[in-house]
Amino acid sequence: MASAAQGDPARNTTGRTGRTARPRDELRAGTADVSSTPTGSEGLTGSEGLGITRTVLSAADMNRVVSRMAHQVLEKTSGGDGVVLLGIPTRGVPLAERLARRVAAVEGVTLPVGSLDPTMYRDDLRLRGVRPLEVTEIPDCGVDGMVVVLVDDVLYSGRTVRAALDALSAYGRPRAVQLAVLVDRGHRELPIRADYVGKNMPTSRRESVAVRLREVDGADAVLIVSSDAP
Amino acid sequence: MNHLLSTADLKLDDALLVLDTADRMARVADAPVRKLPTLRGRTVVNLFFEDSTRTRTSFEVAAKRLSADVINFSARGSSVSKGESLKDTAQTLEAMGADAVVCRHPASGAPHRLASWVRGSVVNAGDGTHEHPTQALLDAFTIRRRLGRLDGLAVTIVGDVLHSRVARSNVWLLTTLGARVTVVAPPTLLPLGISGWPVEVSYDLESVLPKSDVVMMLRVQRERMSAAFFPTEREYSRRYGLDADRAALMPEHALVMHPGPMVRGMEIASSVADSPRSTVVEQVANGVSVRMAVLYLLLGGSGAERESS
Repeated sequence: MASAAQGDPARNTTGRTGRTARPRDELRAGTADVSSTPTGSEGLTGSEGLGITRTVLSAADMNRVVSRMAHQVLEKTSGGDGVVLLGIPTRGVPLAERLARRVAAVEGVTLPVGSLDPTMYRDDLRLRGVRPLEVTEIPDCGVDGMVVVLVDDVLYSGRTVRAALDALSAYGRPRAVQLAVLVDRGHRELPIRADYVGKNMPTSRRESVAVRLREVDGADAVLIVSSDAP
Repeated sequence: MNHLLSTADLKLDDALLVLDTADRMARVADAPVRKLPTLRGRTVVNLFFEDSTRTRTSFEVAAKRLSADVINFSARGSSVSKGESLKDTAQTLEAMGADAVVCRHPASGAPHRLASWVRGSVVNAGDGTHEHPTQALLDAFTIRRRLGRLDGLAVTIVGDVLHSRVARSNVWLLTTLGARVTVVAPPTLLPLGISGWPVEVSYDLESVLPKSDVVMMLRVQRERMSAAFFPTEREYSRRYGLDADRAALMPEHALVMHPGPMVRGMEIASSVADSPRSTVVEQVANGVSVRMAVLYLLLGGSGAERESS
């Protein structure tokens, strides 16, 4: 369940310092956390332009992380019974498909995979230009009475997930909703917490986290781009 | 896109964006809850100076599915019938805080004029014999859904092209989207400047039908006919009506479209209008999706430039 996180230290986000306390997530990544000190620009330099880019997860790291998350989903849902994976476009969708493939490889069960576009439920539509809509594809089994696992690439303010929860309610009433994210970068603005986290990544608000996926971007990587703007 | 006034000035990218957005909106119709909070707190005014139940209702449903407030302002029985000018009406709507005005008017160009007077977005819902852009968009959307593409298709528009804003909007839009358009009509029902349109002209329906992927029938607009454009309705129907025999000349996959309201037995036979290749009912359903897309694209953001993500 993307649950209210009372007393979650991640909510205390003063922003500028870039050192927020990590959410106390029982399912936290087993790998070491990266320091948010820039270590120079190694590896990929994205289209972000200005600033220093560093690679936080390589393609191999990402594979291992997705495998672990698949195991955790199976563990927490007793073998994936009644689970539907819904990716949040754009990059949540291929991530959901990867999770489903790993789950199939481990346990031999085929989880239904779909996509859920929260755009029309966002609370910040008026703050920016019109956003193009993405595809919503609910699997034939529907969501009524199922355990829906929302899958996204980066968890940040929590607003996208909030919108996705609203969007989901238009399609039915799941038994439970859980949240899986590849990267949790902190700075929550809403009481939302992920059930499955690929990597906790303390960041500054000035930095941006870019998840690259083979299916969308041609290569796998997670990058942090620190803007050198004052 | 601040207004939607005509398809003649709609760029390919914008046209495709409307169609793609309409695709997403159409999925909402499949969800158990067919209501989105997207335009909550926005006001859409339907300003209709001409009777139109179909188009007005379609816009109303579209706006309501997006949670916008809808005000229907019809000319009959309003201040307009007391002699108020279009500009004064526009200023009244402006003062009431209309975010979008959907305008139908018997005078060609009225929505363009309106757009210069109001701060909100103006959607042309049919102006005189000029344009009816959302109808063309929903026609294009229907073709793309049924046949999978628009590029390279042969579309034939048959009937009262002279008075038809649907024909004009379709000619420009379908050409932009890569279709080849042929118009078939009696010479008296073709506009003077037709040679400047990107279309082929034919007077012989039967020779064109076998080469058409889509045949779009137009209603003969009696209300706009001040002179004798053809001898009798029967003669028109015999030469330009689409009956079962003529429909049999069309390729297997070809569609029959009609913007409605149909005059059965005049431009289209009942058996053809109800055949599986007819998209008449789908066009109505698609009209709601396309109008939702247009309202979303006009009102869904801050009004600044569109995001290019």
